[in-house]
Amino acid sequence: MPEQAQPVILRVGLGSCGAAAGGLKVYEELKTVIEREALPVQLKKTGCLGLCYEEPLMDVLRPGEEVYTYGHVTPERAITILREHALGGNPIPEWLVAGGGHTSPSTAAFLGKQRRIALRNCGHIDPESLSEYEARGGYTALKRALTEMTPEAVIQEVLSSGLRGRGGAGFPTGLKWKFTRQATGQPKYLVCNADEGDPGAFMDRSVLEGDPHSVIEGMLIAAYAIGASTGYIYVRAEYPLAVKRLSIALDQARSAGYLGENILGSTFSFDLEIKQGAGAFVCGEETALLASIEGRRGMPRLKPPFPANSGLWQKPTCINNVETFANVPWIILNGGAAFAALGTQKSKGTKVFALAGKIARGGLVEVPMGIPLREVIFDIGGGIRGGKKFKAVQLGGPSGGCIPESLLDTPVDYESITATGAIMGSGGMVVMDEDTCMVDMARFFLDFVQKESCGKCIACRMGTKRMLEILERITSGHGREEDLSTLEELANRVKETALCGLGQTAPNPVLTTLRYFREEYEAHIRDKKCPAHHCQALISFRINPDVCTGCGLCVRVCPVGAITGERRRPHAIDPEKCIRCRSCYEACRFHAIQID
Amino acid sequence: MTQTTAKAPEAASFPELDAILARHGHNPGALIAILQETQEVYGYLPPAALRYIAARTRLRPAHVYGVATFYTQFRLQPVGKRVIMVCQGTACHVNGGNTIFQALSEELGIKEGETTPDGEFTLQTVACLGCCSLAPVMMINGEAYGKLTPEKARRIIRDLRGQPAAQAPAAPPANNTGR
Repeated sequence: MPEQAQPVILRVGLGSCGAAAGGLKVYEELKTVIEREALPVQLKKTGCLGLCYEEPLMDVLRPGEEVYTYGHVTPERAITILREHALGGNPIPEWLVAGGGHTSPSTAAFLGKQRRIALRNCGHIDPESLSEYEARGGYTALKRALTEMTPEAVIQEVLSSGLRGRGGAGFPTGLKWKFTRQATGQPKYLVCNADEGDPGAFMDRSVLEGDPHSVIEGMLIAAYAIGASTGYIYVRAEYPLAVKRLSIALDQARSAGYLGENILGSTFSFDLEIKQGAGAFVCGEETALLASIEGRRGMPRLKPPFPANSGLWQKPTCINNVETFANVPWIILNGGAAFAALGTQKSKGTKVFALAGKIARGGLVEVPMGIPLREVIFDIGGGIRGGKKFKAVQLGGPSGGCIPESLLDTPVDYESITATGAIMGSGGMVVMDEDTCMVDMARFFLDFVQKESCGKCIACRMGTKRMLEILERITSGHGREEDLSTLEELANRVKETALCGLGQTAPNPVLTTLRYFREEYEAHIRDKKCPAHHCQALISFRINPDVCTGCGLCVRVCPVGAITGERRRPHAIDPEKCIRCRSCYEACRFHAIQID
Repeated sequence: MTQTTAKAPEAASFPELDAILARHGHNPGALIAILQETQEVYGYLPPAALRYIAARTRLRPAHVYGVATFYTQFRLQPVGKRVIMVCQGTACHVNGGNTIFQALSEELGIKEGETTPDGEFTLQTVACLGCCSLAPVMMINGEAYGKLTPEKARRIIRDLRGQPAAQAPAAPPANNTGR
């Protein structure tokens, strides 16, 4: 694509993961060399391209040429790429992941089935540059809405797109806007829920870090449609880079006249403020989030009244998720029908997923609704890492469930995923292999919910605590025969009686694992065995003398001195001293440590 | 509802707090932001500061304390020079995040939420840092360390020991915008 006047551009992927993976060091090294030698190269930052498994990433853009993307870039390699390719014009094929006919098969597979709407700009623009957003059509949707469309027409367009809430519940976005517009009471508020708390989910962070203006533009269009004059973006405190880039984008939008009084010469006025969360998962629940914006403890309340009628300070309030807003400008520009042409009958458009866990190619993917889970995990994600066997995929975080291999042909849409017992959720997709214990996964999520329960209703506060105690008992080898029926009964009670969505969905991880992996529970209880060799109390470690070379590495990593042996002779583990920390198992290069 | 009748401000003076309070004025809902900025100044929320904030904002002390103890970001105790946050997200968990925590706990000789006697390190857990593709992950004063093994985590701690902390410990997870 055509780029600005500057001769050559180098672009380093600096989302949170890219920076942590080493992108920041690459950027700093390039900056030092370019400045020291006054090279005719422009150095830029960009957000997440989604190819997390290839991080750190770096693009070379020479005028009139296509974009070349390099993966696993080190500071040394970056300098070589700078001299050989950026300045010398000779690409280095063996380090390329895409571009110049050198796109690797894995990159082609990863990108091939994707359809990027919410992520359309991520990884392609400098998130701190308004002009780059504008160069890719940014803010033209806002202009069209303000000059050519009535608020009702905007709502109609979003209704016809079939867009549903991407935070997980899937409520039709246009309908939410309509209700808030029709509600009596002034002023009206618009809130962006960026409190992405599901462990294993990072879609919203990537959008905020990679393309903050798309969220702001989506919010402006929504505010115009519902008649709101004030908005808040509630971002979780663990996302400092997202907060920084959003603040920059808000200042730019204000200076350019996209935010403030009489936007683009119209009668529409709107301003936005960032509210930082303070670390409470329950604040992702909309009534708790509103309480938190009001400066109170983030505790949910009963609905109705719904926020559309009585939200922030009892005024009509519309709350949508980051990804929902990021889709809106595209819908206004391309029409609701174009969006509705993608996906299934009831779930339109695309959905962003964060692929993580034991997956070969982890990253951020955006796929059309209706694609089977199998294609996302195996075709795009490359299947399980290290040749292990797939066991389950977890969707929807603590409110979701584990889907087994037999259901991998389930299409990704709200209703089909719900039918499995999981939920679509916000898009976390954590893949598990044969080494993952499903009873431990259920315990893990219950532990999470128990820590995050706000304590307001007894079903969640005490119900999940009793469930956690049972699961802890089972994983520590003290499970009783009646535990499973007690667990099921408690799970159903909590589901029926908890006050808010967090509590009502908290039993899902337990119910789905009981449904699909009941034999694992039974092995823990009856045989006192963990089939996945994970639960510490139910496993023991020993050294296979036929394989052990006596290298002594395990002796050095053992924190309790449980391993002894002569050098170059097979070693042995003292089971009395062993704390089953797995350090030796992870360290051994000869697979001599065995778990029973 | 949470407003009190006029109450004499405390004798203790907090010039840094006055600036924060002045900036937020009487903006309803500013309490969380005020507490975040206070924690950035002191590294934690001293009880006297909470009482001072309550008096100046005319909120009940119980309300201020209630908010300060509800959110995990707020600490009522001072922390070490470096705050280690070990991620406990799903991706980290299935990739052995608990072994990282155990290794650090042994290396430092402290449990969750505790600080080493020399005031160097505080060990905490965090629900999810959102760097799932780098799992298992930990963050030390705002800097993320990925693809950890128990041994690698221990080495990072040994390397950091004795070095001056690059950032103020108040930073994570508050307003650490200087990535």
